[in-house]
Amino acid sequence: MATPLMNRFEYLTRHSWHFLVTVVAVFFFTALILLITGAPPLAAYYHIFKGSLGSWLKFAHVIKAWIPLTLCACGLLFTFRIGLWNIGIEGQVMMGAIFSTAILRLGLGSQMPSMIIFLSIVAGLIGGALWALIAGFLKTKGGVNEIFAGLGLNFVAQGIILWLIFGPWKRPGVASMSGTEVFPTQFWLPQLASIRLSPPALTIVFVSLILTALILRYTKIGLNLKAIGSNPLAAYLFGLKPAWNMVLAMIFAGGFAGIAGSLQVTGVYHRLLPAISSNYGYLALLVAMLANYNIWLAPLVALFFACLNVGSIQLPMALQLDSSLSGVIQGALVLATLGIHGWRQQRTKGIAHSAKPKEHEI
Amino acid sequence: MTDFDLTILFAGVVAGAAPIVLATLGETITEKAGLINLSLDGSILLSAMAGFAIAFETNNILAGFVGAALVGALMALVVAVFSIYLGQNQVAVGFVLTLMGRDLAYFLGNPYSRIQGPQVIPLSIPPFDEIPFLGEVFFRHNLPVYASLLLILLCWWYIYRTPYGLKLRSVGEHPRASFARGINPQKLQLLYAICGGLLVGLAGATFSLATKPGWGRPQGAEGTGWIALALVIFGGWNPARAAIGAYLFSFLQVLGIYFQGWLPSVPAQVFQVAPFPLMIFTLLVMSFAQKESVQIWAEGKAHVKALLSMFSGMAPSGLGKPYRPE
Repeated sequence: MATPLMNRFEYLTRHSWHFLVTVVAVFFFTALILLITGAPPLAAYYHIFKGSLGSWLKFAHVIKAWIPLTLCACGLLFTFRIGLWNIGIEGQVMMGAIFSTAILRLGLGSQMPSMIIFLSIVAGLIGGALWALIAGFLKTKGGVNEIFAGLGLNFVAQGIILWLIFGPWKRPGVASMSGTEVFPTQFWLPQLASIRLSPPALTIVFVSLILTALILRYTKIGLNLKAIGSNPLAAYLFGLKPAWNMVLAMIFAGGFAGIAGSLQVTGVYHRLLPAISSNYGYLALLVAMLANYNIWLAPLVALFFACLNVGSIQLPMALQLDSSLSGVIQGALVLATLGIHGWRQQRTKGIAHSAKPKEHEI
Repeated sequence: MTDFDLTILFAGVVAGAAPIVLATLGETITEKAGLINLSLDGSILLSAMAGFAIAFETNNILAGFVGAALVGALMALVVAVFSIYLGQNQVAVGFVLTLMGRDLAYFLGNPYSRIQGPQVIPLSIPPFDEIPFLGEVFFRHNLPVYASLLLILLCWWYIYRTPYGLKLRSVGEHPRASFARGINPQKLQLLYAICGGLLVGLAGATFSLATKPGWGRPQGAEGTGWIALALVIFGGWNPARAAIGAYLFSFLQVLGIYFQGWLPSVPAQVFQVAPFPLMIFTLLVMSFAQKESVQIWAEGKAHVKALLSMFSGMAPSGLGKPYRPE
């Protein structure tokens, strides 16, 4: 559907108008929530802003949260395209982290640390993809809804991490929730001290974004996913294999999520800890939804969500509030967007009904 | 925890299952009408928090339960309005509310974290509580537990034995046909989403005021909403069977506590996670049992057929597909 250039302006203004309504609605909703707890809303917003963009150091933290969020969102675009709800992405991040840690532990004595780091990221990709593959097969071969399969596997992955930390991989001396022993610095993903960011990690994210865009738009895989996602029956009659393509989409999603998990180990925490996935998988589902499943909007939404997450860490210290406020704002944003989207659809449908002949002119 | 008493074990199962039964019944009603309320996990936590906070502030347990039920209903209302009247994906809205309900609960519940609060008082029912074994298992609990037991019968009777229940099922099975019969599917789905939400809210309050008294991050009810959603499938969308599933689940949970005592070398995490692979496995068996080839193979094998029928049960055919008036 090509929009005529004349309508382009109208389209944009209408969209920015809806965007404005969404933001104002969420602003007031959050203010209401804050007032219920007796906290000053403006101060809370200010602390979130200062905590995320107040200094370069804080912004570097935002980017560290943005990296896994964006990677997961990339992966989710594959599964959303074919109409799958890959809630298991959280576990796929964890499995990537586990595989990555395993390789790093094996290679600790090695003289080529960068080689080991590279291998551990590849292992993370494989780990995430394998975990997604299980959910994919449960869906296609076992007839288990991917939401339940994925969710169950998330809990299992969490259990495996806890078992590893308190069992075979426990720190010499005392095992605790703080995780496994920290790896020596030569096994850390290189980071530029001047900007406190890791060029390899950033490169991986940008390559992933471009790769996702290319695959989804220009390859047969992308076309198949879209065809099956929009009309499974027609796609089946065309000789496309829905089951195989679903598994393929899951492998892609799990792969990207696995890399995200691996970067959490190699680039951020340098060890395995229970909260290694930090809910980034679940959050990425919201990112993809809010970005309307658009590959170029996803990193922007992810950046905003990362700001909220990092900024709200200040809240317990500054205002004695729980940091989960970020989640409330993020959820409210998605809900408001869905609501306005639906309201607009209902309205345009009403207009289309009253002025039916016009449809043919367009 | 090495001594083992069957009476105490089963009494624990009945008490522990109460919130799960309530949530499962609520979701069964909603899904029977054709709507999926995926927000259960968030709804339960938010209503648990609300129930505890309200009961604490007003020092009135009943107010806590009422408030929690309203919170559950409100969450269900959002899912229903977004999907029925705004044409949005039920799963999407439900999932967003799952996360948001949890975060809202943690955020608003922060001041009520780890404090002593009111809780439901035990209430034996004489003379039944004097019956050996059965008395202790069924009649020495508290009101929410009795309510959960009664509601199983009530829900089953309402859905399968009343004209209203027939309408409820017709809307879930074939909204277009029921529309032709003069029923408004949208209104009924909205109504039963709210009814289901009320029960889910009661489940939340049962957690924070009876089963696991108090509030905290984590509360301990995390993940139960998903279990309840899976139990609805396990029950084949029949409230009585779904409730049996809830009791089986509670039984395994209580057994897990015993096992932890018997096998201290096995990390506690294994027992906490165990329900979830079991959930996947059960769903796998259900789907397997419903396969045509398996049904044909079981033909003539009486025992196998009986076993399979335990896992049968079809989803309402209109489930998850919102009705659009022409």
